[in-house]
Amino acid sequence: MAVKGLDIFKLTPKTNCKECGFPTCMAFSMKAATGGVPIEKCPYISEESKELLSEATAPPMKSIKVGAGDAEATLGGETVLFRHEKTLVNKNLFAIELSDALSDADVDAAFAKLQKVNYDRIGEMMFVEVVAVRFVADAAKFATLVKKVADAGKIPMIITVDAEVAKAAVAGAGAKAIIMGATKDNAAAMVDVAKAADAVLGVSADGIEALHDLVEEIEKLGYKNLVLNVGEASIKEAYANAVDIRTAAIKGNDRTFGYPSVVFANKLAPANTNLQIALASAFVLRYGSIIVMDEMDFNAALPLFGLRQNIFTDPQKPMRVEPKVYEFNKPTGKDPVLVTVDFALSYFVVAGEIERSKVPAYLAIPDAGGYSVLTAWAAGKFGSTVIANFIKENNVADLTTSRKLILPGKVAVLQGDLAELLPEWEVIVGPNEAMQLPKFLRDLQA
Amino acid sequence: MPYKKAEQKFSGKINVCEIGVGDATISIGGENSLPFLGTEGFKTAVGIAISDTTGDWSDCFGTIYGDDLKNPAALAKAAVEKSGADFLLIKLESADPNGADASIESCVATAVAVEAAINVPLVVEGCKNAEKDAKLLEEVAKALEGKNVVLFSAVEDNYKTIGAAGGMAYGQKVSAESAVDINLAKQLNILLTQLGVKSKDIVMDVGTAAAGYGFEYVASTMDRIRLAGLGQNDEALQMPIVTNVSNESWGVKEAVSTLEDAPEWGDQEARGIGMEVTTASACVVGGSNAIIVRHPESAKTIKALVAGIIG
Repeated sequence: MAVKGLDIFKLTPKTNCKECGFPTCMAFSMKAATGGVPIEKCPYISEESKELLSEATAPPMKSIKVGAGDAEATLGGETVLFRHEKTLVNKNLFAIELSDALSDADVDAAFAKLQKVNYDRIGEMMFVEVVAVRFVADAAKFATLVKKVADAGKIPMIITVDAEVAKAAVAGAGAKAIIMGATKDNAAAMVDVAKAADAVLGVSADGIEALHDLVEEIEKLGYKNLVLNVGEASIKEAYANAVDIRTAAIKGNDRTFGYPSVVFANKLAPANTNLQIALASAFVLRYGSIIVMDEMDFNAALPLFGLRQNIFTDPQKPMRVEPKVYEFNKPTGKDPVLVTVDFALSYFVVAGEIERSKVPAYLAIPDAGGYSVLTAWAAGKFGSTVIANFIKENNVADLTTSRKLILPGKVAVLQGDLAELLPEWEVIVGPNEAMQLPKFLRDLQA
Repeated sequence: MPYKKAEQKFSGKINVCEIGVGDATISIGGENSLPFLGTEGFKTAVGIAISDTTGDWSDCFGTIYGDDLKNPAALAKAAVEKSGADFLLIKLESADPNGADASIESCVATAVAVEAAINVPLVVEGCKNAEKDAKLLEEVAKALEGKNVVLFSAVEDNYKTIGAAGGMAYGQKVSAESAVDINLAKQLNILLTQLGVKSKDIVMDVGTAAAGYGFEYVASTMDRIRLAGLGQNDEALQMPIVTNVSNESWGVKEAVSTLEDAPEWGDQEARGIGMEVTTASACVVGGSNAIIVRHPESAKTIKALVAGIIG
């Protein structure tokens, strides 16, 4: 419910005491109504009013912290349904699922895989953040496994509807572990366990209406550190629920549904890795906050982490790659040097085509402000001086005996200047489009 | 308070486009909601891609298709059988003047042979050289008159020839290709309709990228196109979207690197399918009304996804 400045003004002492940092109570109220300053800044508004107002002026979707220490991550907090409207703020997390029914060898193999799928992609480490552990039969083994997950630096997700089992396991799970969780039959007991352990409580119910009722009930019990299960019965229901829950929160101002979601892709497509990948992809775009898979090997990780990195970039800030000299197709110190900009999309397109050509080459990326070739050139960030300085400062001439320097065709105009600045290099104008690179490079090599 | 669904009501509606003839006809589009959120259950069609030039395809396709890889008609038949796809795309890559530069006659003959070999609708993709594609797709349209195929695709530099020949003279469907930009997509649709091609005979190829390779532009372009067509009732953006993710998905290093190149990454075929499935799924929820993939397993997976979401 949107609150007007005047509604807040009525609750202030109207003394213009300036203790909040604003000249008048009215100025403070107007700012607070837009969410620009927290209500708590006014020391004279009653606790009751604060509660009422902070609720009303809070963002439509809560930000929920999960995990402790280095593993800590934030979920939710979104204000739009589509990234082009503003930006999406908190990337989804990926999870794999284990259980106490697994043999020690299987558990070890799963942990080994978690260690292995852990790599850098454009300055961001890619790995599975959450490990779900499902309770089957052995409470002691279950608790040990949950602890092992926490000790390995992963965020544990404790899956059981038995409050006693959850209580024992969460003791070794560290702060802000996730308990999946609450149902209509155990809500009060689970809330007590989650509260005591400072854990995030997952809420599951049969159908979206029942889920809404249960969340209201849990909020009344005084717990608002929640994540919502979109359902495991069918893909149809899970997809519709994920979209409807987020839409209700963002467009319908329904605070009850203003929580992050959990999607069990592994339960929606049992034993079907490719369908799990398809579902994970769909839920990266459509409102999955934690996406659980059976496992995450490179065939799933490479595309899914890449997709997530794309979707959760800020549309107002272009994605950039680190300015440096990149190597392709194992160059041996006698191969040509290409130049392009540090705009990630330009880099990827050019890199992909060089790889496709199978011609060994170096790719020099100066700091061009993260713009595309023509934009960077027009902005003076990708001129002959920038390129020449980069080639000199990075001692590119020591990397390769080749003196062929290939410019993007779109900045052919730089050729003359650059040749003067880099007299020992043969400055060659490359093709206009990256897709023409393979043929160009092969011809150059011939 | 009990739950009340926050309905997103739209005044616009995506056009229905029929491709193929007789029993094989399929129709795409028609929804008046964001993908899969309406009550009608509009189904995304899944196509399988083949090419007349498969030399640089991953080894796994050799295992799947054997000698059929070198014979487009046999390959078409096998691809449809193995994938269960709703339609087939043949790329006439050999026409590329910078590649094999095959004659228009031989490429048209290939398209005709492929059409005869299958019982599903056909999409004919050119070689992506605007000048050659103009002549090539014009001749394909003529040779396949009455078969209601999709000419994939007209671009700004050749839309007059392809639009006039395909969309008007020979009654085919015309795909309008733009490079991941809502304004360019709209402009080309307007140019084609001004030329005299009917809206219902146009589909949009709004471009794609592999997951991780600038896909945010694809996702946002599709979101914006759909919101404009549905929310603002923009008739110049209500054409169904057809997306071929096969070339991009199988062209990135995650799919191209062999087990020898990248031993830690594991099975190459699984990586290619993973990349294709991820990219295709993201397009499907973004708004593609027809999605085209290369691997039969990808086609089956996306069909299962669509069937699952529709329920």
